[in-house]
Amino acid sequence: MSAGADTLLVVQGLKLHFPTGGGWPGRPRGWIRAVDGVDLELRRGETLGLVGESGCGKSSFARAVAQLHRPTAGRVLLKGRDLAALSGKALIAARRDMQMVFQDPYASLDPRMTVLDLIAEPLRIFQARGLAHLPPGEIVRRVEELMERVGLARAYRQRYPHQFSGGQRQRIGIARALALRPELVLCDEPVSALDVSIQAQILNLFQDLQREFGLAYLFIAHDLAVVKQVAARVAVMYLGRLAELADAAELYRNPLHPYTQALLSAAPIPDPEVERRRERIILSGDVPAPDRIHPGCPFYDRCWRRMDVCRAQVPKLTEVAPGHRVACFLHHGP
Amino acid sequence: MSGGSAVGGDVILSVQDLRTWFHTDQGLVKAVDGVSFDLRRGETLGLVGESGSGKSVTALSILGLVTSPLAGGRVLFHGQDLSRLPRAALRAIRGDRIAMVFQDPMTSLNPFLRVSTQMMEGLELHQRLGRKAARGRAIEMLQLAGIAAAERRIDQYPHQFSGGMRQRVMIAMALSCNPEILIADEPTSALDVTIQAQILELVQDLTRRMGTAVILITHSLGVVAGTCDSLCVMYAGRIAERGPTGEVFARPLHPYTQGLIRSVPRLDREAPERLVPIPGQPPSLVDLPPGCPFHSRCDRAMDVCRQRYPGASCAGPGHSTHCWLYPESP
Repeated sequence: MSAGADTLLVVQGLKLHFPTGGGWPGRPRGWIRAVDGVDLELRRGETLGLVGESGCGKSSFARAVAQLHRPTAGRVLLKGRDLAALSGKALIAARRDMQMVFQDPYASLDPRMTVLDLIAEPLRIFQARGLAHLPPGEIVRRVEELMERVGLARAYRQRYPHQFSGGQRQRIGIARALALRPELVLCDEPVSALDVSIQAQILNLFQDLQREFGLAYLFIAHDLAVVKQVAARVAVMYLGRLAELADAAELYRNPLHPYTQALLSAAPIPDPEVERRRERIILSGDVPAPDRIHPGCPFYDRCWRRMDVCRAQVPKLTEVAPGHRVACFLHHGP
Repeated sequence: MSGGSAVGGDVILSVQDLRTWFHTDQGLVKAVDGVSFDLRRGETLGLVGESGSGKSVTALSILGLVTSPLAGGRVLFHGQDLSRLPRAALRAIRGDRIAMVFQDPMTSLNPFLRVSTQMMEGLELHQRLGRKAARGRAIEMLQLAGIAAAERRIDQYPHQFSGGMRQRVMIAMALSCNPEILIADEPTSALDVTIQAQILELVQDLTRRMGTAVILITHSLGVVAGTCDSLCVMYAGRIAERGPTGEVFARPLHPYTQGLIRSVPRLDREAPERLVPIPGQPPSLVDLPPGCPFHSRCDRAMDVCRQRYPGASCAGPGHSTHCWLYPESP
């Protein structure tokens, strides 16, 4: 894995396993392998889309990167420093460069805090721990500036979250994530709770902020069209592993993994003419539970092009064309 | 379901000037305010709109499932006004000749009862089948809905099914009495895309085979484009535009419909262009000001839009809109 000068985040062999219920503490009955060995890199100012269905581990991945869940194994290098090895104040200080925007703008904002307090909270935490030295009045000034930048009138700063619509709350969440001027923002389904007309506003806002502040995004979504709109590169996740990773244009034009192909063909397109001409790949079955121990490819049960080798071995994410990596024995040897 | 076969068939359900208003502490909420449409035999009609546009309340009002009395309008099912029927008579139609599937299959199945109990109840009640016949029919429906080992699984509880499987159970249950109309309220919104594709295909396949008309409520233009013969675009309790699906997508008339189509990211575009969002946000339905409810977000709003709600303008067979930009049809 090359760590060039403009590499911002390197994730190596990241695993996040959760014990399943029952059994003695320390001796769980089984493990849920939410994230099971993921390698990724993110460059400065880049948007990497991470797509997958519910339960594939994409949110767990983001939380493990942010150290909200401590990874079971692997390294998370942010600007060359391994976050998994940091704790306490050092971790908080390192997280300044990496903030999160969450899916549900109803659940992720404390209903008892005003907009001002919500957006100022990261700054105040840093100030209180001596990690930031802002002159008096600077915090409020910065909050007002941020509010204006994300499209909220500064007159609203004493209001509470319930006085805002879903789209405006997401703007509060974004302003709060930007308060510490991070370089990387982990966005976990940031627009999936919003109506389409509002979703477009927020997607445009993300793009404007990226241009203005040189932000890099890890943009997690289940909607492939949304990811296509914002991402330069796209990773497809299935049951805790990456199935495919490529430049967005390449991935959408030439998907190699059968799962990526199925996902793309299942996504509806808002055009009756196009829909009439489309051939759908309808997958059979559901996503299997991630606690199942399966020796082979995680997609084996639902794959319509499976071979004998797929049951016995896990395919590794392998580069098959410049920048195009896929984990499938159809495209590389075992 | 797609295809023109349904157009011109006989109207089995005619909703006329439906109004459902709620009195709340904040004021009067006109959740549905003058909605009219016709549903023909075997047709699939999409009701599209964003949260709060009144699409679910419209469906619930048709079936008399809203607690507050209708403020007005008629729901004619084969010429019989459902809104004036006694409760017992309505109950005999509901679940039998008009069935409904809800968005969340977890909360709409009873977690304490086996699937068999829940499926057989309707069959015994409406179709007057004996226990054995009802069970046989229920198993047959589960098989049609693509549930493997239906004879065994019918005796399981809802939590033993996955989300997609639960929705299959709901669909099997809704179609078990061979209804003339299936109302599906966001049947796939809680599901993943690959499962959504399975479920939509199942609904299309079964209803086409059984000749059932469908009212599909959804917020997704993509789902409508792939499954509906015609659609109504709803905004703030009213229908902004209606027409055959191909026609509305090719020539959207109402600025809201146009804005909605422009703001959806497209998977089939080579290089994504910047999205054109609709500015602002939907108005509060409490004490909605007069005029067109979209005027505050419309870039082509005129003085008249703030004063009076426009009548229908017809643009082609079955295609009409409510917008002052177009001359009112006589």
